[in-house]
Amino acid sequence: METGQILETIQMISEENLDIRTITMGISLLDCIDSDVKRATDKIYDKLMRSAKDLVKVAHDIQIEYGIPIVNKRISVTPIAIVAAASQTDNYVAFAKVLDKAATELGVDIIGGFSALVQKGYQSGDEKLIASIPEALNETSRVCSSINVGSTRSGINMDAVKQMGHVIKTLAEIDPVKCMNLVVFANAVEDNPFMAGAFHGVGEADRAINMGVSGPGVVKHALEAVKGQPFDVVSETIKKTAFKVTRMGQFVGNIAAQRLNVPFGIVDLSLAPTPARGDSVAEILEEMGLESVGAYGTTAALALLNDAVKKGGVMACEHVGGLSGAFIPVSEDAGMIKAVENGSLGLEKLEAMTAVCSVGLDMVAVPGDTPAETISGMIADEAAIGVINNKTTAVRVIPATGQKVGEDINFGGLFGHAPIMPVNPNSSADFINRGGRIPAPIHSFKN
Amino acid sequence: MKLIITVIGQDQVGIVAKVSQKLAALNINILDISQTLMQGNFTMILMGELKTAQPNFEKIQAELKTVGTEIGVDIRMQRQEIFDAVQKL
Repeated sequence: METGQILETIQMISEENLDIRTITMGISLLDCIDSDVKRATDKIYDKLMRSAKDLVKVAHDIQIEYGIPIVNKRISVTPIAIVAAASQTDNYVAFAKVLDKAATELGVDIIGGFSALVQKGYQSGDEKLIASIPEALNETSRVCSSINVGSTRSGINMDAVKQMGHVIKTLAEIDPVKCMNLVVFANAVEDNPFMAGAFHGVGEADRAINMGVSGPGVVKHALEAVKGQPFDVVSETIKKTAFKVTRMGQFVGNIAAQRLNVPFGIVDLSLAPTPARGDSVAEILEEMGLESVGAYGTTAALALLNDAVKKGGVMACEHVGGLSGAFIPVSEDAGMIKAVENGSLGLEKLEAMTAVCSVGLDMVAVPGDTPAETISGMIADEAAIGVINNKTTAVRVIPATGQKVGEDINFGGLFGHAPIMPVNPNSSADFINRGGRIPAPIHSFKN
Repeated sequence: MKLIITVIGQDQVGIVAKVSQKLAALNINILDISQTLMQGNFTMILMGELKTAQPNFEKIQAELKTVGTEIGVDIRMQRQEIFDAVQKL
């Protein structure tokens, strides 16, 4: 019996917040397509209830048997813009409602896939889905929506970028908190278990279990033991820690997949923070020697972290996928919140950080009077970073309606609170209103 | 199946007795036992074996928790495979 290893594992779980962040069951709804909305939504309901009936119980059993917390049980589905395209209706709210109903009855926390992939253009379902987003998210509680507006292969759909700025503003006017259920992507991945951006890609199997593991606290604790040592040591330490964290995801995913009789898809080895003390990505960067996240060196520290996490995790599991890296959502990370509040971290530095981390401008609150075109400008910049650098980027921005810089918006629970950040006051309107498509970069022509 | 039971808390008379008595009542055979003081905390690790075909983990966890509360220590029970998964190649 290796008592040291047993105690180390227990400490990772109990003191350093190592957890399985999510077990996400991906479910294809392609076999639910029907020209009649009622028939289509009935088929969707039946398939979700049948496929995921044991998901919550299995997760609960694993937690009890192995003593590893499983924070969220989630479902991702085929982008609804594809599923609903054949249905004779102009409004897709009924589809969101059926997802919400099934998720509630199954006891899963979130369901993702009220989505459209419009990186190169709109099919009829995409237009209807995007137009339905504000109402759909406002009338449901567990549904998440994502729109892919760009890819390295296709370039950036600037019409969609423009439209999403308006959609986000419209949603924020109804309820700003709902904006955390909506994300705009470039290079969206098809097997992502994390929300708000999870959907089940059309190239996926009928069903799949995808795991998201997390443990920023474990990495920070490991780095505390190598204070002052060179970056070679820092990188090695992160790799070893990421390996252990990821093994947990692989192990739990295997058991869950067996018990649910669903193929095991991927492990997403992301460091996803929560507002809980000691569960912060910002604190890892500060542990590397930065007075505060935002200081010069932050981007380099994040680049090293993101890369070492991937390297450590890759060998620990059969299939790596999803976003895999470090997340930097402002409102979900106590260290990020602190840095924004004391003026150490602004949107410009955050944007630079997104060039080297696994997602983008995430859970960022901006003043309520921020113009839609400015939000579109942010989306365009993030999409450009993703498209040119061959990586996923995203924008999940919350215009805090009726509030201004210096105030604070609260999302509750795991989602924390966000100080409202100042935005560049210069207009992007003429740029955004051009519309059209930014062509794919030269390095997309690999054939 | 093999279980790892860890007991961490303030040292006092009768911890081993009470925990092992409860394990016996739950039909868990103790295969190995190790104890140490870590940063002033009494730390005991037991490897147990459970031969029941369909064990009720919910009940086992609840009963161990009750004993832990009675004697003021933290008792965890986890199936052994999780430790191998995390620590071994």
